[in-house]
Amino acid sequence: MTYSSGRLSLVAGAAVVAVLCVVIELIRRHKLQERYALLWIVTGVVMLVLALWRGALYALAHAAGVAYPPSALYMVAGLFVLAVLLHYSTVLSRLSEQNKTLAQRLALLEQELKARDERRPRRVA
Amino acid sequence: MRKAAIVPAYNEADAIAGVVSELREAHPDFEVVVVDDGSTDGTASAAHCAGAEVVELPFNLGIGGAVQTGIEWARRRGCDLAVQVDGDGQHDPQEVAKIIAPILEGVADVVVGTRFAGERNYNASMARRIGIGVFAGAVSLIVRQRVTDTTSGFRAMNARAIELFAEEYPHDYPEVEATVLVFRHRLRMVEVAVSMRQRETGRSSITAFRSIYYMGKVSLALLVGLLRPRPALAK
Repeated sequence: MTYSSGRLSLVAGAAVVAVLCVVIELIRRHKLQERYALLWIVTGVVMLVLALWRGALYALAHAAGVAYPPSALYMVAGLFVLAVLLHYSTVLSRLSEQNKTLAQRLALLEQELKARDERRPRRVA
Repeated sequence: MRKAAIVPAYNEADAIAGVVSELREAHPDFEVVVVDDGSTDGTASAAHCAGAEVVELPFNLGIGGAVQTGIEWARRRGCDLAVQVDGDGQHDPQEVAKIIAPILEGVADVVVGTRFAGERNYNASMARRIGIGVFAGAVSLIVRQRVTDTTSGFRAMNARAIELFAEEYPHDYPEVEATVLVFRHRLRMVEVAVSMRQRETGRSSITAFRSIYYMGKVSLALLVGLLRPRPALAK
């Protein structure tokens, strides 16, 4: 039991560190904005704490009624991934609304320009 | 010399006309452009009636996007000098003369009007002061020059800075990162003490949840910024 949870700490900790490194590298290359990285970083830090600090994981498992503590790690990871997904759904909704507004404004602007062109007599070059 | 006064405004219908007319009166040589960041309260028409050029964004982009729009406007017009003045009336148009002086003398590319150096009529909550102090300290370390206030949006910039900010400008809560950006691109920045007024109307955009987001976002941006190579010297 102790042996296997020790290995779990190591594997889970390494996985979380790898994910955090990828997130930071993406920000560094301007491929990920800080505002969308924050939730990933919070997720990573919480997972890292739970992976390395076994006392916290056991207490959490006990409090949540999870018999096998390492499962609590999956539970927490699952909850955070759900939070990230839900956040992205709201971001996507906002973006599609803004995209619609942009398309409408652009189409109206083009129509207005064309109408002005037609009203004005052609100038000869 | 073409000069622009960029005024970002979000729902400042009550204050914007006063800001615009005071600016035009105090500095008739500036073209005043109000960037309306998706307001829903008639800010754009109030600004237009007061005699400003108005650029209306189709939806709210946040302060960074709004300011950058104004800077791009200034770049397209070939402005050699631009000042940024908040639309809520807390920046005194009379003080514009102080922040453009170092640019006209050619000793700075960016000038920030700060409320701490010297003048006293500024009261903020303890938490806010500490937050401002922490970031000012971190930025001072990074840029190796003493910076006292990284939250002020009262600034002047020359053509080089206009060019830089038109290309690259942080999205939200931009002032801290913009300060670092200026130094990374080897532009000269100075702070000048100015007195600021109490907000005439509206409320500060910083609420409790937002301040946590603000601290997290700006810290992350500063830390990751340290990992980026310094941009090549532009000539």
